[in-house]
Amino acid sequence: MAVYEKPHALIDVPLHYCPGCTHGIVHRLVAEVIDELGIEGKTIGIAPVGCSVMAYNYFNCDMIEAAHGRAPAVATGVKRADPENHIVFTYQGDGDLASIGMAETVHAAARNENITVIFINNAIYGMTGGQMAPTSLVGQVTQTSPYGRDPKACGYPIKVCEMLSELVGPEYLERVTVNNVKNIRNAKKAIKKAFQNQIDGKGFSLVEVVSSCPTNWGMTPKQALDWIESDMLPYYPLGVYKDRSAEEKEAE
Amino acid sequence: MAKLTFKTDNCKGCALCVDACPKGILRIATDKINKKGHHPVECTDMDQCIGCASCYMMCPDCIIKVER
Repeated sequence: MAVYEKPHALIDVPLHYCPGCTHGIVHRLVAEVIDELGIEGKTIGIAPVGCSVMAYNYFNCDMIEAAHGRAPAVATGVKRADPENHIVFTYQGDGDLASIGMAETVHAAARNENITVIFINNAIYGMTGGQMAPTSLVGQVTQTSPYGRDPKACGYPIKVCEMLSELVGPEYLERVTVNNVKNIRNAKKAIKKAFQNQIDGKGFSLVEVVSSCPTNWGMTPKQALDWIESDMLPYYPLGVYKDRSAEEKEAE
Repeated sequence: MAKLTFKTDNCKGCALCVDACPKGILRIATDKINKKGHHPVECTDMDQCIGCASCYMMCPDCIIKVER
């Protein structure tokens, strides 16, 4: 009798996210991976600033709340303090990781710090009410770009996976999405690999999850998932951007 | 024989499971209101459920339990 139910690593409380927000799906995937790898007792999560700021209320493991964008720096400290016994992951949004936390992210990747980063890219600042983020698409209407994002004034959206893949340091970079059941299964595989890399001591793994924000995009949950497919994925193509172990194996 | 259980009070009525169900047996119960003030999801015909867990995979609030 196969049973699918709330994973043990997710505390049984209602999530505060808006209806249809894909944060809940990614929370569940991370918790399922923690359960499957049997690392709940030694996992330490780092929560960001943003909608997922209260992720520490939901994961059944030790959590630390970092200053805005500084989750990879805090994770570095936690991991280096006891590298043998702790599995450290950060859970960050795009306003956190790609804006104020860009320096911390790039340097953690360049050092190939042995941590796992889950990066939620929903192209908008969710918690503060829908302002333009570094990942907002060209022409996207937000609170601070009411006529659409103008690249002349605001530049172009940052592709985090592509940018980090130019570094020699990082071990594993992959972009996934959660807009349908098939993609959710692939996202889980990527997250599991990112955690497994850390257990094997391989180094910095980042999984970018292209997510939806129905409330601030002004759409229904279903329309938001369709908008991911039609507008976001052409600019943010899915795939593995760096897998150093696989590349080295191929070179041999 | 598959069986679905809903934690109805945590449902936010986003209807992602309704679109994901290949059998089309889930619906948003517009005649009911849960503790959070949303219209919760319900199953119209449990006998047709094949236990594929697509609804479980899509549910952002993890309110669905699938047994088969």
